[in-house]
Amino acid sequence: MGRGALGYMNFAEFFAMGGYASYVWGSFGITAAVLCLNGLAARLQRKHVAAEVRATLAERTELAP
Amino acid sequence: MSLLSRITKFASPAPFYDLAEHVIPWCWIIFYCSLLAGLVGGLVFAPADYQQGESFRIIYVHVPSAWMSLFVYMCMASAGIGSLIWKTKVSDAFGRAVAPLGASFTFIALVTGALWGKPMWGTYWVWDARLTSELILLFLYLGYMALQNAIEDARGAARAGAILAIVGTVNIPIIHYSVEWWNTLHQGPTVTKFDTPSIHWTMLLPLLAMVIAFTAYFFALGLRRTQTELLAMEPRNKWVEERLAI
Repeated sequence: MGRGALGYMNFAEFFAMGGYASYVWGSFGITAAVLCLNGLAARLQRKHVAAEVRATLAERTELAP
Repeated sequence: MSLLSRITKFASPAPFYDLAEHVIPWCWIIFYCSLLAGLVGGLVFAPADYQQGESFRIIYVHVPSAWMSLFVYMCMASAGIGSLIWKTKVSDAFGRAVAPLGASFTFIALVTGALWGKPMWGTYWVWDARLTSELILLFLYLGYMALQNAIEDARGAARAGAILAIVGTVNIPIIHYSVEWWNTLHQGPTVTKFDTPSIHWTMLLPLLAMVIAFTAYFFALGLRRTQTELLAMEPRNKWVEERLAI
């Protein structure tokens, strides 16, 4: 079985990562998860703060004559 | 307007917020493009290592996150200096905003390092100088975040955090030079040294792409979170009202 220029015969070999699949894909998976979670957290934080600020501004408008 | 005042105006919340609005989309574009280049280059085109086989590809997430863990800390400590000396809201907000990102990068570096160490060294962990000092870095980030959360007053929190961040800066050169100063299991420098890198360019280029990707990601999210912190700091201010109406 010759190896192509990229070293992988097919997707099966690519996913197998020479036997190190759980380590390699585990690493990329954890990285992707943490980066996505940070993105979500930032979005949630913005929503939360915007709502709080709008509430504060609404309060102020109500109290003003 | 002098050049200096052109720069220092961004120490004020509203100009900084608006500048960030312009910069953030570009950061995301750079992130996605360099991420694609790095992943394709690193997972597909880079040849397998003759000693480590395919497992060396963990480098493409491990090294960028490790570098970012140090870079973000330096940003946080620099913001701390700004908070202590010039007492600007922007530096207060920026320090608070980037800490969770730095902690995340440190976490990723430690976990991917462990996943790389198990097949290569036979162990997930060893108390050598590099790994131990990186773990301490994680504790510094977490301590900084806990400190900020514990202090009600935003200014007081910023000052306390700044002192912690600045004192902890001593850990950064320790982490970086640990592999030279001590006898570590972790390998020595491959790229950041005064010599040609001891890694083939086909493996190096995707690595640089991933570093650019992670940096762009950091600025995109870091600036966004800083904007959010600024909004929270000045809820009754007119500039906030204007920005949220958009």
